[in-house]
Parts: sequence; C-alpha cells; structure tokens
Amino acid sequence: MSTLIVNGERREVDVPPDMPLLWVLRDVLGLTGTKFGCGIAQCGACTVHLDGKPVRSCLIPVGSIGSRAITTIEVIGATPNGAKVQKAWLDLEVIQCGYCQSGQIMSATALLDAIPKPDDADIDAAMAGNICRCGTYVRIREAIKRAAAGAQAS
Amino acid sequence: MIPERPGTRSVPALVPEQASVSRRSFVKLATGMAFVLGFHLPFRNTSEAADRSSYAPNAFIRIGPEGDVTLTIPQVEMGQGIYTALSMLLAEELDVDWSRVRVKHAPADEEHYANPITGIQVTGGSNSVRAFWKPLRRAGASTRACFVQAAAHGWGVPAAECRTEDSNVIHDRTGRRSAYGALVGLASAVEPPKDPPLKDVSAFRLIGRPLKRLDTPEKANGQAKFGIDVLLPGLKFATVAASPVLGGKVARVDDHRATAIPGVRQIVVLDDLVAVVGDHMWAAKSGLEALEITWDDGPNGDVSSGLIWSRLREASLREGAVAKDVGDVARALGSSNAFSSEVIGATFEMPLLAHATMEPLNCTVHVTPTFAEVWIGTQVMERVHAAVAKAAELPESQVTVHNHLIGGGFGRRLEPDMAYSAARIARHVDGPVKVVWTREEDMRHDVYRPAYHDRLWARLEGDRIVAWMHRVSGSSVIARWLPAAFQKGVDPDGVDSGADMPYEIPNFRVEFNREEPPGVVTGFWRGVGPNNNVFAIESFIDELAHKAGRDPIDFRRAHLDKTSRLQAALDLVREKSGWNSALPARCGRGVSAQTSFGSFIATVVECEVERSGEVKLRRVTSAIDSGIAVNPDTIIAQLQGGHIFGLTAALYGEITLEKGRVQQSNFHDYRMLRIDQIPPIDIHLIKSDAPPGGIGEPGTTAAVPALRNAIYAATGVALRRMPIDRKLLAGSKWR
Repeated sequence: MSTLIVNGERREVDVPPDMPLLWVLRDVLGLTGTKFGCGIAQCGACTVHLDGKPVRSCLIPVGSIGSRAITTIEVIGATPNGAKVQKAWLDLEVIQCGYCQSGQIMSATALLDAIPKPDDADIDAAMAGNICRCGTYVRIREAIKRAAAGAQAS
Repeated sequence: MIPERPGTRSVPALVPEQASVSRRSFVKLATGMAFVLGFHLPFRNTSEAADRSSYAPNAFIRIGPEGDVTLTIPQVEMGQGIYTALSMLLAEELDVDWSRVRVKHAPADEEHYANPITGIQVTGGSNSVRAFWKPLRRAGASTRACFVQAAAHGWGVPAAECRTEDSNVIHDRTGRRSAYGALVGLASAVEPPKDPPLKDVSAFRLIGRPLKRLDTPEKANGQAKFGIDVLLPGLKFATVAASPVLGGKVARVDDHRATAIPGVRQIVVLDDLVAVVGDHMWAAKSGLEALEITWDDGPNGDVSSGLIWSRLREASLREGAVAKDVGDVARALGSSNAFSSEVIGATFEMPLLAHATMEPLNCTVHVTPTFAEVWIGTQVMERVHAAVAKAAELPESQVTVHNHLIGGGFGRRLEPDMAYSAARIARHVDGPVKVVWTREEDMRHDVYRPAYHDRLWARLEGDRIVAWMHRVSGSSVIARWLPAAFQKGVDPDGVDSGADMPYEIPNFRVEFNREEPPGVVTGFWRGVGPNNNVFAIESFIDELAHKAGRDPIDFRRAHLDKTSRLQAALDLVREKSGWNSALPARCGRGVSAQTSFGSFIATVVECEVERSGEVKLRRVTSAIDSGIAVNPDTIIAQLQGGHIFGLTAALYGEITLEKGRVQQSNFHDYRMLRIDQIPPIDIHLIKSDAPPGGIGEPGTTAAVPALRNAIYAATGVALRRMPIDRKLLAGSKWR
C-alpha cells in the first residue's frame, strides 16, 4: 500500500511499485482525463504535473513519486495559469478530437508557470513532446500566446 | 451522464448517449456510394415514450415542456465538429434558442440514422454535412411548421401570418407570442408536413456563423469520455497480442510466469489472439510480456515490402478496368506499349500507411448468455453492433452499443475488427472487460492505407494537354468494405478524383488495376482514394507545366475553363501566398488544385530544402470554396489539421514489412510532425451560395502534392514517390 497526493487529496493505492502512474490514475483512481497514447513517453498525452513540473506519467513508476504532489487535468483549471490556458483553448477553439488535449493543456500550463511570456522558441521547446494527430498546433501556439497575454474572451 | 456545467459559457451541453438499441434494420448495401434519391426523413415517435410530456416528431428532435431542445445527431464526433454543424442545420430551420440545445449520440439504428449518401450508418468520406444538408433542415422546418400550426390554430389566426424566433411562435399583428415548450401538447396533434419550405440562404441566422463547438468544453477539463475512458462496476482490463507475422495463428502459450504476476486474473487464448485480463492495464501488460507465445506464422512469413512493390509494379503493366474513356486516347497517344516519342510518361507511388489515432484501439464488452453490451467510439455503429452479435452468437436484438467520443478516427474506426476481437475475448470473461491495444499492437495490426502505383501518360500540343492516360494500381478497399459498389473491376474510391479530375482534356482515359498485397488488409485513411490520385495528377501536371514552359498556376488555370470555382481558388491562393514574390536560395513554392469531396481548393506550400536533404516547411496557404460554410471556423480548423495530416505523411509516413512483420511500432519509428516543425497555415474561405462540400479530407489530399511541387521548384528534383527521399534531395543542385 502506498500513499499518493493526487489533486490535493491523500489516496491509498495497493499497486506494485513499478506500475506507471498513468495506470494508477486511470484504472485505479478513475481519473481518466489523463490519456494513454504511446506508453514510451513519445506523445505527451499522459502529461501530469509532479510538484508543478510536467512529467510523462506513462513511464513514472508510482513507487518513485513519494510525497510529491500529483496534479491532473481534472483540477488544473483551479490554478490561475490552468484556467487561463483552458479559457484560451476554448476561445480559439483549439480542440478537435480532444484526445491529446489534456496533455497539451498540462504542458502549456507548466510552460506558463515557468515562463510567463513565452516566445516561439519557448513554445517549441515546451510543446514539441506533445503530438496532436488532428493537427491543432497552429491554434495551440496562438492560444498559449493569448493565455500569456491574459486577454479577455472575444 | 456528464452534468451540465453552468457558468462556463452559454453554449449547449453534450449529453452522452444512453439509449439502448431497439433493433437493427436490414440495409441494402448495394446503394453504394451513390446518392440515394428520394430519401425521406424517418418520421416517427421515438421509442423513449417514458417522457410523454415532450414532443419528438422525428428521430432527431425532442422538445420538452420547459423548452429544452435535445438533438440526436446521427453522425459521430471525432473532432470534425459534426455535432455542432448538424445541430446548426436542425436549429436553423427549427428557429430554436441555440443556448437551450443539447446534443445526444444516435444509437446504432440504421433504419433511422443511416447516412443518406451511403445508406449505412457511417461517418466518413467528408460527407456528413453534404448528406444531411437537406434532410436535417427539412426535419427542423417540418417541426417548426407544427409549432406554427398549433399556435395559429389556438389564436384563430392564419399560420402564414406567424413567424418564429428563439423557440417562440409570434403573431405580430395581435402581439401574441407562445413558447415552443408551451405548445408541445398541441404540436403533437399536428401532422408534420413532409416537404416544408426551407429558408433562403439570406434568412440564415445560425448557418454561416463561427459558433462555438458543443463538444469542446468537456475536452478541455478531462471530463469528456472517449471509448477508452469507460469505467464500470467490476470492470476488468485486458490487452492483446496478435501474431507478429500478419495472418499468423497461436500455436502454443506458456503462461506459468504470467499467471504469477499480481493482478493478472486470466489468460484468454483464441486461435489468432492472446489476451491477458487483469485488475488494471499494467497487470495485463506485464502479464502479456511474461507470456511465452509460439506463433504459427501461416502463409505470410515471406512477405516483404519488396515483394509488395514488385507485384504492384508488375500489375501496373497490364491494362486495367476502364473507369473513364473520353475521345480516342489510343490514337492520341499510340498504344500503351508503343507510344509516340512526344508522349510524356511518369510513375508515382504512395506507401502503406498506419492511422495512428491518438486514442489506441479499444473496446469494452460485457457478454452474458442472454445479452451483450458494448462501449466504444466508432465510425460504424451498426457494423460494430453486427460484429459483436456474431462474436457473442446472440441475436442483434440482444446487443446494445453505447457510442462515445472518438479520439481520432481517420478511417481506422470505419472497421469493426476491434469490437469483434474484444467480444470474442469477453465471452471468456465473467463481467465487463475493457480491451486496450498497446500502441505497438495498434500500429502493427492496423488496416493500412493501400500502397498505390500510378502510371500516367500525356501528350502536349504547345501548352495544351491533348491526351491523358492514368492507370491506378493498388488494392481495393471498396471490394472488401462495400463489395456491391465494386463493379466491373473498378474501385470507385480508387479512381475518385482521377476519373473526374477537373482538367479539360479531349482524349482522356482512366483505368483501375486491382492488386492486393499478400497478407495485408487495407482500409480507408483520411483523404481516401483522392490521396493517391490528387498526388499523382497534381505532380504530373506540374511536370507538364514545366515541359510546356508555363507557370504552374497559369497552366492549370488554362485547362479549367469549365470550373470557374477552382480558377477562383487558384487566383486567390496566388495572391495570398505571394506566389510571384522572390524566395531565398533552396526555397520553392508548389501548388495543388482539386475538386475532391465537392469542395474546390487550391493550396500553396512553401518550403526550404536543406543541404542534408531535410525539408523545412515555411508556409502553407489555401483558398477553398466549399459552398455554404455552415460553421466557417470548423472549416478553417479542418483544413489546418488536414494539411498537417498530409504533410506528416509526405515527410515521414511509410509502413514497411519484412518477413511478414510490420517494422514500425510506435511514434519513434512512425513519426509525426510536431509543433516546432509547423509553419504558419493560412486558410481563405471563398464565399459561396452553393450547397456545402466536404472539408474533412481535402486538406490532407491537397498538402502532399503541393509540398512535392515546392520541392520540385526548389531543387528540380521530381519526386515520384512518398514519403520524400532525403538522400535523393541531398544530392540535388538547387535552382
């Protein structure tokens, strides 16, 4: 039995320590907003925050997390940058199928937490690990800039 | 159910489908891809009779006494914005308050929700808006007429004097107004007119506005439920392995190590699949890795990409089935084996491709001796329904399918194979089981985009093309997927945009040569048949323009006198792309033009070819006339995304086989374009009052030849196959 801090709550889980966090979130805790895409940290669909830093949950063994705070898409809107990013995503209608967007939003929020006014190179560096098969990249870039500017909804 | 989240924004909420399947209707697949003339709306009272106080005049509309509007959308949402676009069609003619509209998935029910173009309940081929453009507007207008009749009757005024607005009937002369909700009882007694007048384009209030998507708020906060997100009481998790050699079978399984893994509950061995069932995906995955499976390779152990290509190239030497024959090509070109010296010829090839949807294949099934229940995101509801009934050996009336949002379809979810496999596994499992394919299994057992080999010949007289011969060789998806539509050796999808290409040429012939790759099942892939044909035609046209010494846009335009909408798109893209402006060294611009899927699109790609042979995208510009733009922002989004989908394939996409095994497995060796490679993409919509055209696929088909032609312009290297060959480009001299 190990204890995790998930979205501000202590959760006891009885799982093997080598089990990736992704499957603990999805299959044990029922937090299905975090997505499975590749299982080898190539696509970013499983991105969550550990103590505010973006990580690929498909490769992080749950036994290695310890007391670090896990934040998922389900509550990221409660943070100022998470809320700004979600709003910009909807204002600019970024989303198509939506499957990768939990990971995109988690990566974008972490970017704004680290660099409040990212330039194109910052966006490239922070977001290149997140694949979108629908091809929403043009709008992702615009939406990050809009969220950074804190612009009001049109 | 997803609760409504008030206060986020005033758009309609999404209601997941909960209704069960009532029955399956028999459908004649023979209708093929042709328009079914005389399609009539399925007027009926829907089966949800429990809610007697609401008004459901047909299969699509339900209006409650409080004025709430629930629209049942027959087409599935996979990111293309169809819930919103089709709701707009209904709401426009119905004149309802848009903020009160809620959307439901249609159940598997071909009698009521079949796509009028194909006759089956299918979402694909960029035809949802085209298919439902009139039927759904008629459904809305007919229902609106019932409310008007009901109110006018009650007020003792002529119906013709009443108007409607935001879910109200209004009689201006007497100042009367009644809400639809209050009229529900009276309207139910009115016989809905079968052929109500539809609004003129000038009267549209919703159609043409960039309305916010109905499905996106839940996708931004993790609440949206895709098929893979289904959780049920007692649910178990499974993952599968199929034979690495395509078509192979299970010979032996040693499971002693796997069953010792904590959380592993069960090993299911079928003739062609092994599944490990566990308490969670990790247990299932770990268990599968610990299994020692011996496979019987079957007949395909020697299949390689080399074999597939050599067979295809050989097939292309024989004459194909004639899809189109105008004028006298033989006379204009000479016989195909003895062309005159003026004949220009070229061959083009497109590789096998995987779909690589972001949501890996999955299906959740609960099979009992008396019923089966299925949870999935699929483009083919009714085929999933039938596949599960067959696998579970149950009558279709005992099978219920719950559809979900789709995490990328692109044609992969036009197949029911994953549901069939999951149901066969579920028969051996007590309770519901969610079967999830790993990315590796998904990629190695896809239903691949066909490989094609195209041969083209043409003759120029001055700067005019006077003869054209196009022979497409490849597998036939239609022959497997809709056999009745495969007639006289011609796959209508295989020659789509080839037999009906827009350039005016007096002597013109298109042939199709069916050649199936051994062991490989091929299927639809975003852009479908036109992917291949538009690539071959637009690449060849560019070479002919070069031979004729003409500008590529001018040359195309000169052969399009009867297609002014495409000429207009070319003119606009010329202006917007800065076509004639100077470029740095090693850079080029390429154009493509097409009339595929009922839309007219011209695209310019600008790229740089580095000394290493690497190609960098600089800019993409498109001009499109897709008729009346129902939701203009969705059209722009579909083209932006479609371009990236096509460019990804052009730069990286190829599935190869060796010893019967697919060699790619995940995103490290089957690459995708990423955000740092994406240039500005500008889409320009051309205003039109013509009926809507398709928009899901054209962006994909347009981008590939435009990039190829940009490379041609930059380097003079006429690439003849995709994906691009960097070694060839590295050796090029730049213009």
